[in-house]
Amino acid sequence: MTDSKYFTTTKKGEIFELKGELNSDKKEKKKEAVKKVIASMTVGKDVSALFPDVVNCMQTDNLELKKLVYLYLMNYAKSQPDMAIMAVNTFVKDCEDTNPLIRALAVRTMGCIRVDKITEYLCEPLRKCLKDEDPYVRKTAAVCVAKLHDINAQLVEDQGFLDQLRELLSDSNPMVVANAVAALSEISDTSPSPAAQMEMNQQTINKLLAALNECTEWGQIFILDALSNYVPKDDREAQSICERVTPRLAHSNAGVVLSAVKVLMKGMEYVGMETEFVTTLQKKLAPPLVTLLSSEPEVQYVALRNINLIVQKRPDILKHEMKVFFVKYNDPIYVKLENWTSYPSATQENIAQVLAELKEYATEVDVDFVRKSVRAIGRCAIKVEQAAERCVSTLLDLIQTKVNYVVQEAIVVIKDIFRKYPNKYESIISTLCENLESLDEPDARASMIWIVGEYAERIDNADELLESFLEGFHDESTQVQLQLLTAIVKLFLKKPTETQELVQQVLSLATQDSDNPDLRDRGYIYWRLLSTDPAAAKEVVLAEKPLISSETDRLEPTLLDELICYIASLASVYHKPPSAFVEGQALVVRRTQLPVRSASGEPGATGATESPVPQQAQPVQQQQSVIPSHDTAMGDLLGDLLSMDLNPQPQQQMSMTPAPQQDMGGMDLLGGGLDSLLGGPSPVAGMPASQASMGGGLGDILGLGISSTTYVPPKQVWLPAPKAKGLEVSGTFSIRQNVRYMDLTLKNNAMAPMGDFAIQFNKNSFGLSPASALQVPSPLSPGQTADVTLPLGTNGPVQKMDPLMNLQVAMKNNIDVFYFSCLIPIHLLFTEDGQMGSASDRKVFLATWKDIPDSNEVQKEIANPNQLDPKGISDKLQQSFIFTIAQRNVDGRDMLYQSLKLTNGIWVLAELKIQPRSPTMTLSLKTRALDVIPQVQQAYELIIANM
Amino acid sequence: MIGGLFIYNHKGEVLISRVYRDDIGRNAVDAFRVNVIHARQQVRSPVTNIARTSFFHIKRSNIWLACVTKQNVNAGLVFEFLNKMVEVMQSYFGKISEDNIKNNFVLIYELLDEILDFGYPQNADTSILKTFITQTGIKAQVTKEEQSQITSQVTGQISWRREGIKYRRNELFLDVLENVNLLMSPQGQVLSAHVAGRIVMKSYLSGMPECKFGINDKLVLDKSGRSDDPSKVSATGKSSIAIDDCTFHQCVRLSKFETEHSISFIPPDGEYELMRYRTTKDISLPFRVIPLVREVGRTKMEVKVVIKSNFKPSLLAQKIEVRIPTPLNTSGVQVICMKGKAKYKASENAIVWKLKRMGGMKESQISAEIELLPSDKKKWSRPPISMNFEVPFAPSGLKVRYLKVFEPKLNYSDHDVIKWVRYIGRSGLYETR
Repeated sequence: MTDSKYFTTTKKGEIFELKGELNSDKKEKKKEAVKKVIASMTVGKDVSALFPDVVNCMQTDNLELKKLVYLYLMNYAKSQPDMAIMAVNTFVKDCEDTNPLIRALAVRTMGCIRVDKITEYLCEPLRKCLKDEDPYVRKTAAVCVAKLHDINAQLVEDQGFLDQLRELLSDSNPMVVANAVAALSEISDTSPSPAAQMEMNQQTINKLLAALNECTEWGQIFILDALSNYVPKDDREAQSICERVTPRLAHSNAGVVLSAVKVLMKGMEYVGMETEFVTTLQKKLAPPLVTLLSSEPEVQYVALRNINLIVQKRPDILKHEMKVFFVKYNDPIYVKLENWTSYPSATQENIAQVLAELKEYATEVDVDFVRKSVRAIGRCAIKVEQAAERCVSTLLDLIQTKVNYVVQEAIVVIKDIFRKYPNKYESIISTLCENLESLDEPDARASMIWIVGEYAERIDNADELLESFLEGFHDESTQVQLQLLTAIVKLFLKKPTETQELVQQVLSLATQDSDNPDLRDRGYIYWRLLSTDPAAAKEVVLAEKPLISSETDRLEPTLLDELICYIASLASVYHKPPSAFVEGQALVVRRTQLPVRSASGEPGATGATESPVPQQAQPVQQQQSVIPSHDTAMGDLLGDLLSMDLNPQPQQQMSMTPAPQQDMGGMDLLGGGLDSLLGGPSPVAGMPASQASMGGGLGDILGLGISSTTYVPPKQVWLPAPKAKGLEVSGTFSIRQNVRYMDLTLKNNAMAPMGDFAIQFNKNSFGLSPASALQVPSPLSPGQTADVTLPLGTNGPVQKMDPLMNLQVAMKNNIDVFYFSCLIPIHLLFTEDGQMGSASDRKVFLATWKDIPDSNEVQKEIANPNQLDPKGISDKLQQSFIFTIAQRNVDGRDMLYQSLKLTNGIWVLAELKIQPRSPTMTLSLKTRALDVIPQVQQAYELIIANM
Repeated sequence: MIGGLFIYNHKGEVLISRVYRDDIGRNAVDAFRVNVIHARQQVRSPVTNIARTSFFHIKRSNIWLACVTKQNVNAGLVFEFLNKMVEVMQSYFGKISEDNIKNNFVLIYELLDEILDFGYPQNADTSILKTFITQTGIKAQVTKEEQSQITSQVTGQISWRREGIKYRRNELFLDVLENVNLLMSPQGQVLSAHVAGRIVMKSYLSGMPECKFGINDKLVLDKSGRSDDPSKVSATGKSSIAIDDCTFHQCVRLSKFETEHSISFIPPDGEYELMRYRTTKDISLPFRVIPLVREVGRTKMEVKVVIKSNFKPSLLAQKIEVRIPTPLNTSGVQVICMKGKAKYKASENAIVWKLKRMGGMKESQISAEIELLPSDKKKWSRPPISMNFEVPFAPSGLKVRYLKVFEPKLNYSDHDVIKWVRYIGRSGLYETR
């Protein structure tokens, strides 16, 4: 007789039969019956009807039976709350039992009966159990507090259980400490109330570190996870925590190792600069991470996902461990796919080995895996220039295999290689063309078409090739259609004589027969361009394209930093912040921040990826602001244009796929194309003219009687209409009479009126926040424009942004909430009391200047286009709150010594060397906060160049 | 934390379901069945997110174990726990199978109640669990002392060993088990090679003995300045080895290892794995495989494989097996080998060549003619030739230097303990492309 018989389904009337057995006098029969009930419950049958009968069996000496009844209770109490109360007495009695195992069992089970009424009865026993002499009971009670909190948070706070729990942190038994930590962490994670937050001071940390050495493996994980949320006071403390956690890396439980890695990765941030300590610690991290890769496949998977993050953050850690990522034939597919993480770290030295390995993989069976391999080969080529040639020949070999998906993937990749190294590998085009027929995926087709269009002059039968695609034009995906359109226009511009027919054909296909607005609009633009000014068209369509970089597969630095804080957790497996998959997690933001780094010691990834973003973004935004915003027809067109060009949204540019090249082409098109569209007699004159009118417009907007003193940059489009359901927001920042304003222009491009406007800022580097509500004339009818000024305060919540001056804004109206971000010009934050000392007393300035280490001095040549004299410069700067403290003349050069202060109290000192009649001057900045220097330099240039 | 734990059979029927948290509903059970078990595709990830609920699963034989959660839990912990759960069940009732699970469902619920409280893993050490949870139900009469002993052990600092163990003969068995892994290119270039070693102990010692364990780790020896001791030269002719990384059973005092590089611990009773380590440097590869593949026309292939043993002639390797993959369109195979037995196994698409034993510094070869059916399919991607064997030494060169036992309270000394040490080197993934 075995227990498996309980799983076999019996005939009808089973419940009735069970009822009889449960009420039987024979103990054995009773137990049998309860087992049957539990088995039915497991399979998913509803046996709640038996509730009273099962509960009757509770009063028993047989512990096994008791446990079974409890199990039943936990499952069904919620559906029969009134009946559940019947059980309370037994629980309360059991909590007093002499056997600690029974006391613990009672407390444990009671916490699992999630009925509100029962909680009142639970409080007393729980309080006693938290102070029980037996550690087994205490550790069970500690978890029970978390259970109770889940049912009724208020009750836990009112009854003082949180304090009792905190006391348990100093318990003599390590397991009690570990469970208390786990409970407290969960409570502070889920509770919004400040009383529930887990404060950690040095003392608690020490206790936790002591318990760490002694408790079970799981307890160690709870403690390490809690430790990772602690912010050390200084680098000494961070260092000592790291030292005490390091031994955990040798634990056999992968969970312990990963959690320790998390503490150490965060710790290293606090220790700061690339000290020797950090270097040794990095060395110590590598072997345990590699060891994780020889554990069970599931653990390997988690480890690999985390290693991906770690390597992005600190590429040095595993640079010598390339080989361990080589895939083994028998690995489960998810492990194989994940091994890709390592390939971004390919370097010149190991590239030969890596390539050989990748080529091997590309002949595997699994389609996904093979595709990724091919893609990785391309990535290597883009990353390591010296290896590009070998990569290309490897790809050619792969194309020769004629395996369909390999060829397609290879062509997509080769397109990127062409972008990176123009005019180098075009000799292989003929080989590519041979495979034209076999391409059936949009990505591959689009890539191939791009290649044909781009190099049309070298391909003799380019027109035939493109024409062959044209036949099924309407069956192609949009991506291919757009690409085909552009390619044919390119071809026409290169070989105008023989392709006129073709281009007309495609233009009419795109503009007349297509429903797709993107395609239509692009077609119209080309058409007009070609008909009005072919020379301009040539410049636009065949413009030089920016090179692509290799970092496209990286996570965004801010997201990466956040995820580093979640190493080992689900977030690190998904590579998504917890808010993306956990409900109600939005409350807890505070623990996701890595410390603010000082810029000097950070040559690494963040610095590198930070700078290109604003630089890239700026020209685009400037172009947008050139467009006069009162021309409705124009605005619509602009809207459509934007929807086309900004199609991969800015965030996505950071994401895995490289932005398709045609978007870049589109940007050029926007800039150049507008000139001719404006229809002015001389396209060149169009630009300044519109700028002038813009300036005038600005003057009107600001014409509130106060002439602005500080430099005000022209308005930029922050939120294009297509992204905000017709609402277009453009704006700038200004200071008037010592008040900072955000000047906004809201335009309703939608068909319906808008109202209920409100605005909110995310935490930002300088604590900018709206000082009053947003006043928008409501409703804003379709086509209407409203200028709004929003006074700003500087006492809002502070969080270091990346880039530093980034401001994330949420704007709400009756339709939806929209998010956009803009850059705050730093001179907005200069304060009027930025004069250090006074003109007569220069000692303060001198002393401060000397006090700041020389390493904090940054020099830069800046332009002085109007060749202003020192007096003019000084006056100009003073209007923007950059104060001149002293002036002297050395060897015919004028030196200005200046100071400015930011709203958050950061002082920046400057020395400006002015060479008479020279278009440039030298600016040396000295400050303790190096992060602001690039912005201040920019501010100088802007202020001097403008007005 | 973990919101629930389900165990399914291969059909996706629930065998065990324990829900710890309210946010996990009964439909979660079905969601996993439909989306993962019945999905019939290759599983792309051991973590699946279905409707904002995350499922972690492992599969042992044809049983699925799944943990469910809606929170951002520690993924490392969850998988380690699932593996531990399997280990606990195995030690209670042997193989993980549908029948065994059904037969022991009451026990499993009881275990789950004990080792997972509100989704937080608790002490899951089998030797301790077995003191108060038994297959035959709860021990009926437990004295008060026993009770408190149980609770102090469950929560204690030495949670892996109970007090008052007595043996007439104090004995220790120490196995150094190594898996040597190799990936070699056809030209004989080592692409990757590493040894994954384990030190498995069986200890039958009385009381609470304090043990100290020493190996010829370079770091330790360099520290004590004894690395040049000629008497310690091992079978592979190295005096000390460089260990890349090692992990220890929870009984080992990690902080002591970190500071002094000494391995000291109070051992659990019975069998356990004391240590795992990994080396990549100076591995003595016991065998070298040299493949020669020649395609003769479209319907014939000739394969010749030579294996060379590379260790002391006085030692013997055992259970040698070479597996040579053949194309899918193989119609017939003729094999010639001087030693051992070779067979073509059509179901496995491979020629399997077995040798019972082989001495050191020897060479042996096999040649085969493979007839192929003409096929126009794409090129066959030849899987690597793999090999299995067992050798009586540690390919990493690891040597046990000492294992000292101190029991201050009982009257037996280090000399009275009988110690056995054994070295076994096995093939892990030993492949030649």
